[in-house]
Amino acid sequence: MATDTIIEVKGLEARYGELAVLENVTFDVFKGEILVILGGSGCGKSTLLRHMSGLTEPTAGRVYIDNVDITSCDEERFQETLRKIGILFQSSALLGSMTVAENVALPIIEYTELSNSAVNNLVRMKLSMVDLQNYENFLPSEISGGMKKRAGLARSLALNPKILFLDEPTAGLDPVAAAEIDALIKHLNEQTGTTMVIVTHDLESIFGVAHRIIMLDKDKKGIIATGDPQLLKDESMDENVQHFFKREPRVAPYVLEEILDGFN
Amino acid sequence: MQAVDFYEIIDNGNDASVIKLIGNITQQTATPLIERLVFLTKTKDLKSLTVDMENVTEFDDFGALLLVELRQNILKKKGSFSLINDTREIKQILSLVNFDEHKTFKPASQKRTNGFVIRLGETFIEVADSIRFQISMVGSIILCIFHGCKKPSSIRWGDTIAHMEKVGVDALPIVSLISFLLGFIIAFMSSLQLQQFGANIYVASLVALAMASELGPIMTAIIVAGRSGSAFAAEISTMQIYEEIDALFVMGFSPTQFLVLPRLFASIIVVPLLTVFSNLFGIAGGLVIGITMLGLTPQSYIGQTFETLTLFEVVWGLFKSMIFAMLISWISCFYGFRARGGADSVGNAATSAVVSSIFFIILFDSLFAVVRSYW
Repeated sequence: MATDTIIEVKGLEARYGELAVLENVTFDVFKGEILVILGGSGCGKSTLLRHMSGLTEPTAGRVYIDNVDITSCDEERFQETLRKIGILFQSSALLGSMTVAENVALPIIEYTELSNSAVNNLVRMKLSMVDLQNYENFLPSEISGGMKKRAGLARSLALNPKILFLDEPTAGLDPVAAAEIDALIKHLNEQTGTTMVIVTHDLESIFGVAHRIIMLDKDKKGIIATGDPQLLKDESMDENVQHFFKREPRVAPYVLEEILDGFN
Repeated sequence: MQAVDFYEIIDNGNDASVIKLIGNITQQTATPLIERLVFLTKTKDLKSLTVDMENVTEFDDFGALLLVELRQNILKKKGSFSLINDTREIKQILSLVNFDEHKTFKPASQKRTNGFVIRLGETFIEVADSIRFQISMVGSIILCIFHGCKKPSSIRWGDTIAHMEKVGVDALPIVSLISFLLGFIIAFMSSLQLQQFGANIYVASLVALAMASELGPIMTAIIVAGRSGSAFAAEISTMQIYEEIDALFVMGFSPTQFLVLPRLFASIIVVPLLTVFSNLFGIAGGLVIGITMLGLTPQSYIGQTFETLTLFEVVWGLFKSMIFAMLISWISCFYGFRARGGADSVGNAATSAVVSSIFFIILFDSLFAVVRSYW
């Protein structure tokens, strides 16, 4: 493994029952980069993320995080590795019965010996990092979707993880809120050097934040393209890649025209 | 509106007909037309049918449905179908609904059903998987309790107290009311019989024994299963659906320790307490009947109650209620964790939790009865 590789995915296979979603997926994530995993609905993006973060065991293949094989290591090393990662879930996954501040404090209290006042201060600092300083005592149900995402981000950043996984961070947000989240992700990456793995299909955020992208395809059940987003858009010859970047339907309007011509 | 306005039939002889559609053939008008024209094509022995669209002003997919129906009926009788004078707009709509594909009638696709053996196998795998999950959950609970004994601060006492309030304090009014009425009913029903023998005073014994050893624990457990078991299952399944449990897992928390232990401990502590209240209110219900209908004095009723009840009887009832509490919290949390999918799975989890809890409460109560009879 190269020194600057932080996650290594080797020959990963994911199945739901008999249906294979991903087959033989192999790639590396480098330290400090923002990698965007891209693809249409149902191509296995979120599944891949769940496998990379150890939430689901793959049917075949290995995932190394910081040189630890999380698919086969013992419980203690697995827990240790979990401490190095943070996840922002698509639904934010804030605990509904706790306030925003309590949610952020949860991992801090569990894993540090800080006093109550220090925890409070740290929570406030984390919340100001995501621009939520005045919402400590709100319940998740009382704040907007964008705020929930930011609160979830603050919680996943609570223990300064080395790697942050983000599952569709801008899904369901208005363009302004989405742009804010993107800017925040970029800013946090620059300031803290956290490696970020983002799953999304939001084209705007891809060009805004990604250093590198990996494109998955439903039919190929794996990676069809990888590289710099702008370069891929300009130079890729792959039909599926171009469809995606140009936002073209797979059955384009001209096909409809042809069908009509068939009538005449 | 007369359907007649919308078509005209020109008979060309040789079993050939031309139907001229006129005006709006749309959702508002097509339904009666379909009925009439299909009836006509069915009754007439046609060899060929031509539909002239020249005078159609508006057309939509209901209009296309009319054409599909006509064509299917004609083709079924080995006749031929043709469409003439259709405009570009009509063609567009026809292509949108894949008009060319619907030449023959296809029954609505049904969900594939497997054979008996496959279904039996699937059910077996499902049950085995569920048992495996239950066993692993029991294991996980035991491990967490050990861990909690070693490090009591790891148990979430704040949550435990909050759950004690929800399961216990909040349930007190309903448990008291139901138990009071239960004692009242038992006393009333038994008094009718016992009065005939002048054994009025034994109503007190009957109520006290019935409440302390059976009805108190069971009624309390059933109320707790309905109130709190369903809440446990719904809460945990909602957390499961909104990825909150995944989030806990990734933050390194054990979901069992975080969610199950507080509920389990709270139930084990408060359900026996609720049972004590249930017993007291049941006896109070009996007392009311004893005084008002049987002419007993409060002193004699209470005296007879104390004479009948042994400490063992009361403790046995409380022990049972503790086991019921464990069953309720374990089963409800189990169904919560098993939930997958959307809103309906929350409802299913809550229903299954309550039904299974009540079943296991009764089952274990029967086992306890057997154990006691051989004691």
